[in-house]
Amino acid sequence: MKLEDKKRVLREMVLHRRFEERCYQAYIERKIGGFLHLYPGQEACCNGVMEAARPGHDYVITGYRDHVHAIKCGADPKRVMAELYGKETGSSKGRGGSMHIFDVDKRFMGGYALVGGPFPLAAGMAKAIQMKGGDEIAICFLGDAANNQGVFHETMNMAALWKLPVLFVCENNLYGIGTSIERSTAVIHQHKRVAAYNIPAAECDGQDIDIVYQHARKAVDHVRGGNGPYFLELMTYRYRGHSMSDSRGYRTREEEELWKQRDPIFILRDRLIAEGAMSMADFEAIEKETDAYIENEVIKFAEDSPEPRVEDLEKYVLADRETQLPWLTGKAA
Amino acid sequence: MANIMYWEAIQRAHDEEMARDPLVICMGEDIGVAGGTYKATKGLYEKYGPLRVIDTPISEGGFTGLGIGASFLGVRPVIEIMSVNFAWLAMDQMFNSAAKVRYMSGGQLTAPCVFRSAGGAAHQLGAQHSARMEKVFMGIAGLRVVTPSNPKQAYGLLKSAIRCDDPVFINEHELMYNMKGEVPDTEYFHPLEGSEVTRSGTDVTLFGYNISVHWCLKAAEILDKQYGISAEVIDLYSLAPLDREGIKKSVSKTHRAVIAEEDEAPVGVGSEVIAIINETCFFELDAAPVRVHSALVPQPYNHTLEKATIPDHEDVVKAVLKLFGKA
Ligand SMILES: Cc1ncc(C[n+]2csc(CCOP(=O)(O)OP(=O)(O)O)c2C)c(N)n1
Ligand SMILES: [Mg+2]
Repeated sequence: MKLEDKKRVLREMVLHRRFEERCYQAYIERKIGGFLHLYPGQEACCNGVMEAARPGHDYVITGYRDHVHAIKCGADPKRVMAELYGKETGSSKGRGGSMHIFDVDKRFMGGYALVGGPFPLAAGMAKAIQMKGGDEIAICFLGDAANNQGVFHETMNMAALWKLPVLFVCENNLYGIGTSIERSTAVIHQHKRVAAYNIPAAECDGQDIDIVYQHARKAVDHVRGGNGPYFLELMTYRYRGHSMSDSRGYRTREEEELWKQRDPIFILRDRLIAEGAMSMADFEAIEKETDAYIENEVIKFAEDSPEPRVEDLEKYVLADRETQLPWLTGKAA
Repeated sequence: MANIMYWEAIQRAHDEEMARDPLVICMGEDIGVAGGTYKATKGLYEKYGPLRVIDTPISEGGFTGLGIGASFLGVRPVIEIMSVNFAWLAMDQMFNSAAKVRYMSGGQLTAPCVFRSAGGAAHQLGAQHSARMEKVFMGIAGLRVVTPSNPKQAYGLLKSAIRCDDPVFINEHELMYNMKGEVPDTEYFHPLEGSEVTRSGTDVTLFGYNISVHWCLKAAEILDKQYGISAEVIDLYSLAPLDREGIKKSVSKTHRAVIAEEDEAPVGVGSEVIAIINETCFFELDAAPVRVHSALVPQPYNHTLEKATIPDHEDVVKAVLKLFGKA
């Protein structure tokens, strides 16, 4: 990554962190409802991979922990926050919620709440890319526990068999809700699981964005080069509970502290400071500007936006009737 | 008009649509080189090649999801689930991904795919290969469900389903693939919504769909000849949405209703049609509607027991006679 890019990404990662922390607060204030899965601790994963890919061009899909992935693809944070507030101006017009952020214009193809659900959807998008002959790739970000769904194996087999241009990124944060990986999974190192399908794979530190970027560079080039799928495992950690009602009794505070020593934002910040590219004061200014932006623009937009109208309840269930009439009535021209 | 079989009609619809649009593909187990368990994709592999006629691994959840994902980017997959019994493995993707993605994306993303599957009980296939599952599919918002009772519908419904931007589940029947019927020579699109008056009558309405339409027609014949009862037969080829207007119109005319379904009774087409009658024309009724349906048991293997679970035209006749106080 070039220095300028690193500085830009640091700013983005601060936004991602502060956005999520602000969501937490809004949830406590009951502005946000439902389930809310936050991303702090894992920022280098999404950022490192997407820096090597082409946001807005490549098709990205993920699970319910999806706000940051959407924003990284180019979704407007204001519209993502409005979605969390359930507003008509939200990225899914208030119909989706936290677990279902979509921005199809930016090729962020959605967050899905069924663990493992996006695996075949990603492969399917790759199939469509292959048919249409584009140079895009499909990227599927999921957690470690998702690999225990049967559809993981079904998808790996088909992706390899048909050489589909899809990159699977496993953000291994060591837990699926409150079950640690060694209690749920026979292999800790998830990249080993695709060897049976001859899918090239790698594992790396998911906290250091330079390392993530290097591995992602290789992975993305492999997939875009027409060589079929790739599986990249990033070792990481989520700081907060799985969702909002999680007292984290299944892990120790010592373990959490240990991981916080390797904070992805601080690792990049300290490196840039050591290289003389910025000062601590510069960083603090970024944080301040980010908080001001979130408060004055993002939150304000969400607060001020209108609710969806109850009259529109059934909008978006099916395609617009008018556009489908030839097939619904059989009166095709 | 050509007199062709149900499977040939489905094959022709595939063929025409694939010839027209290079983004139409079909996928499923044994559909390519083998030509399909019921021959519904015969000859397509040779014509369109392995990239568009895809023999899939036995991974229903996986390939159904893959087809749905491809449809996000404009591909029009026709996904064959070899037997509806295996659809349970694919339902997560059908319901959670295809049926809901338009809504939860606020209209940004659509899944214009077609799921076809052989439903219905055949002969002695046992509990895990005889399920009728239309009841499961017809209650899912965002999914259309149609079920062809003859070759013309099998052809025209698949044509319309491929063109429609909504996900459509087509419930076929194992015992009907070799049924013959007239199909127009020119391109024909059967409506995905509505119902058909297959036989006009004045005394009672017999509602059927797919195979039970044939029980109703046969019953109507007997009722007319032997009992002087004039039965109207309505073909509910669209199960989601059900044709509320058509149901109301016919019952308002005949004032009596019998619903015949091969599915088991609790939760299904029969209960739903009766609910619609209650909601739209309750005071038109001269008698309480009657359901004719399968017994609620896992399908027995034994031939005699199996026969005892599934109704036929005679059960429809009995139900009508009961309605008229003649039994
Ligand atoms: C099919 C399914 N089963 C169970 C759940 C409940 N659930 C939600 S998240 C989760 C754990 C997933 O862990 P992982 O894949 O490691 O992702 P992470 O949350 O750690 O990012 C579970 C069990 C679900 N949403 N879907
Ligand atoms: Mg996890």
